[in-house]
Amino acid sequence: MLALRGVTKRFAGVAALDDVSLDLAAGEVVAVIGENGAGKSTLMKIIGGAYVPDAGMIELDGASVAFKSPSDALARGIRVIYQELTVLDNLDIAGNVFLGREKRRGYLLDEAAMRKETTAILARVGLKLDPNRSVATLALAERQLVEIARALSMSVRILILDEPTSSLTLDETQNLLRLVGELKAEGVAILYVSHRLDEVHQVADRVVALRDAKNAGNLAREEINHASMIKLMVGRDLAPARGAAVGSAGKVRLKLDQLRTLRYPAEAVDLDVYAGEILGMAGLVGAGRSELARAAFGIDRYQGGLEVDGTRVTVSVPRDAINAGVYLVPEDRRGAGLTVEMAVRDNVTMPDLNDFASVGLVNHGAEAKFAQTWADRLGVRAPSIETPVVNLSGGNQQKVVLARWLALKPKVLICDEPTRGVDVGAKAEIYTEMRALADAGVAIWMISSDMEEVLAVSDRVAVMHEGRLTGTLERGAATEEAVMRLAVGADL
Amino acid sequence: MKPRGQELGILVILIVLCAITAIKNPAFLHLENLQNTGQLFGIYGIFSIGIGIVIITGGIDLSVGSVLALLGVILAILLVDKHVNPLLSVFIVVAGAALLGWGHGLLVARMRMQPFIVTLCGLLFYRGLARFISNDETKGFGDAKGFEWLQKASTESWHGVPIPVIILLAVAVVMYIVLHKTVYGRYLFAVGRNEEAARYAGINSKAVIASAYVLCGALAGIATILLAFYTNSISPSSHGSFYELYGIAAAVLGGCSLRGGEGSIAGILLGAALLQVLRNLVNLLHIPSSLEFSVMGVVILIGVLADTLLRKKR
Repeated sequence: MLALRGVTKRFAGVAALDDVSLDLAAGEVVAVIGENGAGKSTLMKIIGGAYVPDAGMIELDGASVAFKSPSDALARGIRVIYQELTVLDNLDIAGNVFLGREKRRGYLLDEAAMRKETTAILARVGLKLDPNRSVATLALAERQLVEIARALSMSVRILILDEPTSSLTLDETQNLLRLVGELKAEGVAILYVSHRLDEVHQVADRVVALRDAKNAGNLAREEINHASMIKLMVGRDLAPARGAAVGSAGKVRLKLDQLRTLRYPAEAVDLDVYAGEILGMAGLVGAGRSELARAAFGIDRYQGGLEVDGTRVTVSVPRDAINAGVYLVPEDRRGAGLTVEMAVRDNVTMPDLNDFASVGLVNHGAEAKFAQTWADRLGVRAPSIETPVVNLSGGNQQKVVLARWLALKPKVLICDEPTRGVDVGAKAEIYTEMRALADAGVAIWMISSDMEEVLAVSDRVAVMHEGRLTGTLERGAATEEAVMRLAVGADL
Repeated sequence: MKPRGQELGILVILIVLCAITAIKNPAFLHLENLQNTGQLFGIYGIFSIGIGIVIITGGIDLSVGSVLALLGVILAILLVDKHVNPLLSVFIVVAGAALLGWGHGLLVARMRMQPFIVTLCGLLFYRGLARFISNDETKGFGDAKGFEWLQKASTESWHGVPIPVIILLAVAVVMYIVLHKTVYGRYLFAVGRNEEAARYAGINSKAVIASAYVLCGALAGIATILLAFYTNSISPSSHGSFYELYGIAAAVLGGCSLRGGEGSIAGILLGAALLQVLRNLVNLLHIPSSLEFSVMGVVILIGVLADTLLRKKR
C-alpha cells in the first residue's frame, strides 16, 4: 500500500534520513526501531506530511504522492500519533477526539453527536471518562489514550504510532496492543515505533531498523528477538548495568518520616534511601510516586519529616532541596526538566550559575568549560554546547538533565522515569551513569514504570499502590510477580 | 473553552460597584447617566470583543486606538469634505479597518512575526498617518449636513436603549455563536493553545490566526463610526489613545488568558462594562479624575488576582 524509495531529508546540511526505503502493506504491522537520532521521527513526519523530503519518492497505492502538509496526508487516510502529545488541554475530550473534523449541524457544532460517538470510542480504548471532561484534568496516560481514541475515530488506512505506550501501564499497554491487532484484522496498515522491544516482539510482523539515518536491516517475523533487534539498532551487544549489590549496607541518606503530600495521595509514607544504592520505585500510573518525589523536592507542599544524612531539613521550595543535596530529574523532561529553547550550556549551569559569577556578572569562559566537561562526561551527542536542547534527541536531552545535577555533586538523586522515550543505547549509558553515582555514595531513588528496568537496575524495589507504600523488596525477593502483586495492592 | 463560571466573579464585582455608586450618588441611576455610560460601554465593548478574539488565538492587538483615530479622520474627510454617500463611507471605514487587520494577520501568521511587534508598529504608524492626512487639525462633523440619519443612528436611543448598546448586543450574540458554537470558533481556541497540534489535526492554523485579526479590525471599524459620532470631533493626536489597553483590560478581566486558548464573549462584555462603571464611579464619587487610571489599574489587578487564586483552588 505504502512504499518509500530512497527518501532523503537534510536539515542544515545534516542528513536526518539518508536514502531510506520502506514498504507497508494493508493489514500489516511493521515496527520501526532505532536509536535516538536514527531518523525515526523524521521518517514519520515525512509520511505524515509534516516534512517534505529532499529526494526520493513516496508511493501510495502504486502512484507517486507529494504531501505538502499534514492535512494532505490525513485526506489520504494517513494518521500519525506523535510522541509529543498533541491533545489540547483547553478543550474537552470530545473536542480533542474530533479536532479538525468536527461534526456539524449547518454551521454549528453538533456537540451531542460528538459526545455520543466519543463515549463509544473511549470504551474501545478502555477509558471510562465523561467525554465532556476537560483534558486539563487528565493524567499523562489518559491523554495518550485520548490521542489514540482520536485516531480510531477516523477512517484510517495507515496508522503510525510513535512510542504509543511510553506513559501507559501494563494493562493499558496490553489493551493498546489488542487494539492494534483489531485494526490490523480490519486491514489497516500500521507503522509501530517503539523502544520497548517486548511490545515489538509481540505485535510486529516485520521489523525495519534505522541507524545513523540509514536503513540498518530488516527482520522477518520469525527473526524478531531482543538480541537481533538490539544488534541492528546499535551494531553491538548490550547488557544492562548491574553493579555489586550494596543494598542497605550504606547509611541512610534520605529518610521520609511519615511524609504526606497535601493533595493526592495524602497517605503518610516512611521510606529510607541508602547511600550507594539504587532504590527502584515501581507502581502503576497514578500510584502517587511522582507526587511523593515532587513533595520531597519542594515542588508540592507536604507534612511530616524529611531527613538528609540524619539532619532534619525543611523543604518548602526546590532551592531548599538543592541546598540539602537532593535533586530531581522530573518525569516531564521537556516541560519541567529543561528549558528546551536554551542551549545545552545554559541548561547544565542553570541551578549553579552563581558559581560562575562575581558581582552578578557571569564568567562565560568558565561556564562554558564547565558545561563542556559535564556534557562530555555524560556523552551528550550535540554539535556543540551552544546547540538548543530542543534540537537534541530524547536520550541526549535526558543526559543534559543528568549533567546538570551530577555537576552539583548530589547526595540524593531522584530520577522520575529517567529513560522514558530513550533508546536502548542511551538507556544503557544512563544506567551506567546512575550506577557509577551510586558507587560514589549517592543515594538514587528511581521511579520507573518499566518493569524490566526496575528489576534490572534496582538494588531494592519499593512499590506503591494508590498512594500507599505497599512494600519494599530486597533484590533477591524482587521478582516480576512479587512487584506486580504489590503494585495492584494484593498481598505477597 | 466554555464559560466556566469565572464570569460569575466579575459579575459580582460589577454589581457591587454599581450598588456602591448608586447608594453614594443616586445620580448614577439617572437615565441620562445610564445612557451615556451605556453608549461608551457599547463602543468599548465592540472593539474589546475583537481584541479578545485575537487574544484567544494567543496574539495581541495594540493598534486598535490608532485605527480608531485614522479611520475616524478618514470618515470625517469622506463625509464632510468629499460628501461621499454615508452608507458607502461606513462601508469604506469598516472594510478599511478589516483590511488593516488582514495586514496584521498576514504578518503574524505567514511571516511569523510577533503580534506585539506588528501591532505596536501599527499603533505608531496609523497614529502618524492620521495626523498627517488631517494636517494635524481637529476634524468635526458639525451639524452633520447630508448625513444626519447616520449621526442619529450612531448616538440616539431606541426605546431608551442607546443604539451602540443594541449594536454591541447584536455583535455579542453573533460572536457568541461564532466563538462557542461553531467549528471555526473551536479552531480559534485550538490554535491559541497549541498551534502545532492544531496544524497536525489538519486545521489551517495560519488562516485561522489571520482571520482573528480581520475580525478584530472589522469590529474596530464599527466602533470607529460610533466613537466618531459620540465625540463628534476628532483630534487626530489623541482620539482613541490608550483604547487598545481598555480592550485588553476588558478581555483579561473577562477571563481571556494572554497565553491564548481561553476566554469567552460573556466575560469580555462584563469586563468592558466593569471598566465603564469604574470610570463613571470615579466621576460620580468625586474621586480626583487624575486618579482614574490608578483606580482602574488596582481593580483590574484585584480582579485578575482573584481569578488566579480561585483557579488554583479548583
